[in-house]
Amino acid sequence: MKLESLKAAVLSLLFLGLFLGIWHLATLPKGEAQSAHDEYAKLLGKGTKKSEGFPSLAQMGEAAAAQLKDPLYDRGPNDKGIAIQLGHSLGRVAAGYALAMLFAVPLGFLIGMSPLLHSALNPFIQVLKPISPLAWMPLALYTIKDSSVSGVFVIFICSVWPMLINTAFGVASVRREWLNVARTLEVTPFRKAFAVILPAAAPTILTGMRISIGIAWLVIVAAEMLVGGTGIGYFVWNEWNNLNLTNVIFAILVIGVVGMLLDFAIGRLQKAVTYIE
Amino acid sequence: MHCDCGQHHSQEEHDAGILQASVMRALFPQDRLRRRFLRAVGASTAAAAVSSFFPFGALEALAQAKAKPEKPELKIGFIPITCATPLIMADPLGFYREQGLKVALIKTAGWALIRDKMLNKEHDASHFLSPMPLAISLGLGSAVQPMRVMTVQNVNGQAITLAAKHKDKRDPRQWKGFRFAVPFDYSMHNFLLRYYVAEHGLDPDTDIQIRVTPPPEMVANLRAGNIDGFLGPDPFNQRAVYDEIGFIHVLSKELWDGHPCCAFGISEAFIKENPNTFAALYRAVLTAARMAREAKNRPLIAKVISPPNYLNQPETVVEQVLTGKFADGLGSVKQVPDRADFDPFPWHSMAVWILTQMKRWGYLKGDVGYRQIAEQVFLVTDARKHMAQLEMKAPASSYTRFKVMGKEFDPTQPEKYLASFAIKKAA
Repeated sequence: MKLESLKAAVLSLLFLGLFLGIWHLATLPKGEAQSAHDEYAKLLGKGTKKSEGFPSLAQMGEAAAAQLKDPLYDRGPNDKGIAIQLGHSLGRVAAGYALAMLFAVPLGFLIGMSPLLHSALNPFIQVLKPISPLAWMPLALYTIKDSSVSGVFVIFICSVWPMLINTAFGVASVRREWLNVARTLEVTPFRKAFAVILPAAAPTILTGMRISIGIAWLVIVAAEMLVGGTGIGYFVWNEWNNLNLTNVIFAILVIGVVGMLLDFAIGRLQKAVTYIE
Repeated sequence: MHCDCGQHHSQEEHDAGILQASVMRALFPQDRLRRRFLRAVGASTAAAAVSSFFPFGALEALAQAKAKPEKPELKIGFIPITCATPLIMADPLGFYREQGLKVALIKTAGWALIRDKMLNKEHDASHFLSPMPLAISLGLGSAVQPMRVMTVQNVNGQAITLAAKHKDKRDPRQWKGFRFAVPFDYSMHNFLLRYYVAEHGLDPDTDIQIRVTPPPEMVANLRAGNIDGFLGPDPFNQRAVYDEIGFIHVLSKELWDGHPCCAFGISEAFIKENPNTFAALYRAVLTAARMAREAKNRPLIAKVISPPNYLNQPETVVEQVLTGKFADGLGSVKQVPDRADFDPFPWHSMAVWILTQMKRWGYLKGDVGYRQIAEQVFLVTDARKHMAQLEMKAPASSYTRFKVMGKEFDPTQPEKYLASFAIKKAA
């Protein structure tokens, strides 16, 4: 077992090395660096440090070091450090996600316990679920009249469905025997919900939450690119405007790492509530 | 903080009260009559009734020329382009602070969002394309809300940029099927591009494709080959040259020298509620415009507006735009000192021209009260007053004739002008 994981780690490193090697070879400077001998070339920025095309590994490292050295700088409303931008994005995700949880889990409980409600609400859920969260953006901007809150709303609307459906499914598939036992013991409905159904459905609910956090993190980047202002999505957009691929790639890496950490956190939570029948 | 008489929360409110009282006295010179009127309807109702035909707001603004701003903390939206030079530079150079304003300049992702954030009152004032306040005031492509143009931000400073692969297609007649980007439907860019191709015999609605793209995304789209060219704002024309993606086909100045492009706008409601802030803003942006007009200041301005917080562009690109000494993308260095300029005067004749083009391309239908709309939206009187205070020269008349691609425009004959075009959409 230990040997297996060691082998996997070595292989992972090998892949990484291969990837970086190809990157390095592909971005080697071509020919002599042109010097700015005439005026025209100078106006095109020849001979200066100009971001041209895909960055080399060294440029990447330099940019990452510069960003990470001072992640909390604040030079006005449109130029903030990477940590502040991440903070804004995580804040929006947290707000939208928490709202979605407050809405989806109780409603999912009701739907799961009542087949009537399930049949009645199912058509709505099925129609609303496949709508791209960004399609809500113009409507949200028009009605909510606040771009930051609209971002939160978009997170809410995209994370609500997986949680709702999974909660309903988890609650509906609690084993009959356990419910029967509860009935035999004449526990109150309130206690039945919290002592029997919730623990039994928890792993399924957490699965829904795990799917939701992934979607929410995907969507916030797109939403912030659309609305601008603050956040990691805005950071990507701002650097794209300047055609600064180095910083864009850096931001992509950061988005990936943060997404992984979010998933990992809920994954741990999920493990904690999983039981063996 | 109380006033002299102690009945008002502040000196300003006290002054406003005195002003209203004196207007009341003027309207009802007989004391008995005035008292009876006030008793019958209540003082505040009376004030409201009188203010419906008597412009208290404007008078108060006059009375308190340099009074403290009611709302010192402002959010102003902008698109990261050199058109916004005056309103951007006013921040790092301290012109807002000088007027007691604390301004946060909010970089915004596109013109539709600029519109929405102004309608939502998220922004207090904004960088606009000059046709936008006209369109919003008319409810075109938007909910109706009276929006006003305080100053024109810039004149000239745009260009048609083509992808480098079209170097041998300099005649617009060869452009059939080309895809062009413009920043917004209600933009000078859209109207000038349409005008330009139509003068060369192409129908902009059927012979070429015009799509709306936020200016910052134009260069990326040109590189990706999504578009063949764009009539866009700088620095993105110059940026396309800098990145060797495209070349400058023609400067907008060569189509209409002195055309307006962007504007500094504010809502009518904001002016009414915050007359002092409005005046302070006027002074700040006009001071900036005055400085931006001087060629010798341009390199410094390029330096202060290029950092990531504002334009986020290489300084040399912005400097080439502002100084007019630039690489054209075809291998030569050009000298056009008035490539971009910053004349703030909001000409009514420009607004009328914009309205004729809106009607020409079917954005505006039916009878148009050209002069009435122009005079409502473009605040010439206020601009003139504040320009005089800053000892800037303002023209005596707000209407003038000008030439667009050699064809004269007479602002007194908009319908006749419109009828003279062979290619148009309007019925």
